[in-house]
Parts: sequence; structure tokens; C-alpha cells
Amino acid sequence: MISVNGLKKVFGKHVAVDALSFSLQPGDIVGFLGPNGAGKSTTMKMLTGFLPATSGTIEIAGKDIVRHRRDIQKQVGYLPEGAPAYGDMTVYQFLVFIARIRGIAKKERQKAIGYVVDKIDLASVVNKKIDTLSKGVVRRVGIAQAIIHDPDILILDEPMDGLDPNQKYQIRNLIKALSKDKIIVISTHLLEDVSVLCNRALIIAEGKLKFDGTPSSLKQLSKSYNSVMLKLSYAADISGLEDIEGVENIEFNHETNQVTLFPEKDKAIVHLIGEYVFQRRLPVDEMTISQGNLDEVFRALTSSEAIHEKNTVTEKSE
Amino acid sequence: MSHVLAITQRELRSVFTTPVAYVFILIFLMSSATLTFFVGDLYERNQADLVHFFTLLPWLFLFLVPAIGMRTWSEERKLGTIELLMTLPISLFSAVMGKFLASWLVIGLSLLLTFPLWLTVAYLGEPDLGVVITGYFGSWLMASAFLAITMFMSALNKNQVVAFILGVSVCFLFVVIGSNGVLNTLSTYTNNTVLDTLASFSFLSRFDSMARGVIALDDVVYFLLFTVIWLSMSLFAINMKKAD
Repeated sequence: MISVNGLKKVFGKHVAVDALSFSLQPGDIVGFLGPNGAGKSTTMKMLTGFLPATSGTIEIAGKDIVRHRRDIQKQVGYLPEGAPAYGDMTVYQFLVFIARIRGIAKKERQKAIGYVVDKIDLASVVNKKIDTLSKGVVRRVGIAQAIIHDPDILILDEPMDGLDPNQKYQIRNLIKALSKDKIIVISTHLLEDVSVLCNRALIIAEGKLKFDGTPSSLKQLSKSYNSVMLKLSYAADISGLEDIEGVENIEFNHETNQVTLFPEKDKAIVHLIGEYVFQRRLPVDEMTISQGNLDEVFRALTSSEAIHEKNTVTEKSE
Repeated sequence: MSHVLAITQRELRSVFTTPVAYVFILIFLMSSATLTFFVGDLYERNQADLVHFFTLLPWLFLFLVPAIGMRTWSEERKLGTIELLMTLPISLFSAVMGKFLASWLVIGLSLLLTFPLWLTVAYLGEPDLGVVITGYFGSWLMASAFLAITMFMSALNKNQVVAFILGVSVCFLFVVIGSNGVLNTLSTYTNNTVLDTLASFSFLSRFDSMARGVIALDDVVYFLLFTVIWLSMSLFAINMKKAD
């Protein structure tokens, strides 16, 4: 369990992380979101004991990071930003080095390395120098070294950066398989990762926490959550749609003949619209229900106007 | 201890994967041989010893040691691997020691490779083996002081070349401070106590007796203490400014 309290980091005059508090439980796969420079990496550097906090505390498994840095680092696997690795080593040599430092006994080492090489599909590059590998492969080597000691806590700073869709799929599956009793924190720009992979989302902007909750509750913040889009085969009288109970407003696109109906908050409108369409025999080709648009919520929460509102949207996942 | 060894091994491998180390060792070997024979007048002196080789060593170390030690921390900073290293469960002390040992071993190896000089002298006459061994031991010990300075400069800097130049400059200061020229010049401005104190900080005067086969405890302690202090400074420097 990770508990962060009033965490603050100041570089010179710049406040990178400001009064951040949250707590994570085993089983949480946390998507750590925010625009560039929001303080994601800085927070991760503090969580892993690389940087000291200016103020505030971090407790991991009941231990304070400042006093028990090495004990905590034993339980943590970390992929730093940009996946740094010793380029003059081969993948194998690098993994052996990490396994040695991690205190994996000689007998276990081959097994541990074999496991990650197999899981992350590195067999074809295992004897190549890291300098000669492509960005995506280096990223995967970085993930391999982070999980080699089967840590309880996994902190990955942009693990999907530079991976192709197949590799992303593979890494997502790997993370899902790992996640049962671990805490996994992933920072990412890709909102898709969060909805597919995570069961919790934290959004920060300018160092402050803006959202803490499940990805589905994040989607519900979207204006278009549960909105209904109708595609008409030809222009028809749609004036009555606006009067349906629970419809907040309606948008019509003349070029594509698409009508979008936005519901009032927490109102279900799909069945009513269905009935109306059936009764009036509207020429509907297609009817889609939107699950909400994460991009839109992300922009709304992290835009500069939103940042200056003090409140944080919080929803406990339990 | 196993952490120190793991890091030493990694560093050694990394030193010998680039041609830089080979080039500098080669230059060191060639210049040490040439200078001993020509500047040191090995033949003319008609004495079967390596005293002149050892007196030249501090000046050669001035370039060899910073060349070997410059990359120790600079490279970690530049590649960002310092973040990886510092988030592994090791103490900063192990990291510093591991890196120090690796470079020190490389310098030891360079020293051993000057053995043809000893063979030549042994062929020509009967050198005192004890004096030669003492000389080599002293040289290696002095190299640790050069190395500790260089590693501190490397810890401060992302750029290897800057670390090299700073390393050479500060090492030069500690070498030249005891040379006759500097002491004579200073003697017109200050009294003998100050001069003696300054000279006692110099690598040259500390190394001088060891080069002639005499190991004095205070010289050994001086070099050891000097190394420990500068290594602690780099430990402190890395801890203070990890991120930049």
C-alpha cells in the first residue's frame, strides 16, 4: 500500500508538485495522467526514492521513504522516464547486472531472466547491444528490468511510448496478468491505455490532483456520456426530439444528417428516443450510444481555467 | 560488498567496450617508455633503476587518470542511467566504491604493462627488486588521489570533456605545488612554515620518497586520506544534485 500525504516538490521557484495526496491499494492499476510538465515524472521520482520531497510524506508498506529507502526500493520495480539503460551492454548482460544488484541468487537468475525474456518477447535481441536496438525494444528492455525481481509495486513512466500496436497489446496483457496483488502505477499520455488497462485514474495538472476515481466515472464526466447519435438517411422533421423527457439539448449536423442528443445529468434517454423514432417512423440508419469521450474530459480537467478552480473531483473506487 | 563487485564488473566491461581506454593506455605506455629513455637518460646514467620512470609518473598520470576517470559519473548523468542506478536498492557508497575500484584497477593494469621497462633494466644490471615494487605500489597509491579528484569533477558534470579538463587542472595544482620552481617563486613572498605546509600537500613531495623505495607511513596515510575525502565529496555532490 502506498500512501502519499501533502507531497510537494519545488525546483528553485517552480512548484512541480503541489500538495498531492492519495493512497493506493494492492490490485490497483493506476493510470497517472496529465499534460506534459504536470509533475507526473517528478512524482514518480519521489515515489521511487530518487528525488527527496520538499515537504510531505510518502509511506510505502507502512515505511517512510526517507528513512527506509533501500527496503522500499527492494519491493519496487521502476521504469524511469525515457527508459535509460547501459547502451554498452547486451540485453542479457544488462539483465544479469540488474538481477545481481537486486540480490537474485545465482541459481535463480537464469530462471528470472528466462521468464522476463519470454514474457516480453526479447529472445531475438537478447545478445545484442542495447545501443543498437530501436526505441521500442529499449523500452521493453526497461520494462523487463523493472519486473525481473517480481516486485509488489511497479512504477512505469510512459511504458507505451514508442511501442507499435502489437507491442502495446502485449505489454497491456502482461501488466494485466501481473496486477492481481500488486500496485501498478503507469504514467501515460494515451487515454486509451487508461480505459483499457487501468481500474483507477489520477489526473494531475500543474502539480495538483484534479481527478481521482475509476476510468468509467471519468467518462461519466464527459458531456457526451450516454448521448445518443442518430444518423438519418434524409432530412426529416426532428423538432420533436428536443421535447423528449431528459434531453438537455440537441445538435444537428446538416452535412452528415447526424443528430446528437445530450441527456440531462444521470438521465437515461435511450429507450425514450427509441420509442419516438419507432412511433414517428424517422428514417434512422444508425443509432449509437456514446460511452463518453476521455479526451474531452481530459481537456476540461487540465485546461488552464480548470486548473485555477480549487476543487478536485474525487470518487473512491470502493 | 556484492553490490560493489557487480558495479566494478559492469564498469570494467564498459571501459573496455570503447576504444578510448585502449588509446589512452597505449599513449601512456609509449610516452612513459620514450620519456624514460630519452628525457630520463636511462643509458647515460649507467644506473640500473627506475627512479626516473617514477619521477616522470606524476606528470603522465596528469593525463592518464582523468582520461580513465572522466566518464564515471558524467556518462550516468548524460544517459539518465543515474536514475536507474539510484533507484536500485544499493547505497551510494557502494556505487562510488564500485566505480572507483574499476578505474583504479584499469590504472593498475596500465602500470603493470610498463613491465618491459623493468625487464630492460633487469637485463642491463641488477636493480633492487624491493625498490621497484615499492615504487609501483607508491605510484598506484598516488593514482588513487588523482582518480578521486577526477571522479569528483565527473560527479559535478554531465560533460566528460569538461570533467577531464577540470580533473587535469586540479590534479596539476596538487602536483605543481611542490615543485622547486613554484616553491622558489613563492619563497620571495612568504615564510618557510607556509612553504612547508604547501609542499606537504603536494603529490610530488609525498611521492618522492616512495619513488626511491622508501615507504613512510605518513605518505601512505596522506594519499589514503586524500582519496577518502575527495570520494566523500563526490558522494555528497551526487546526493545533492541527482536530477540535473
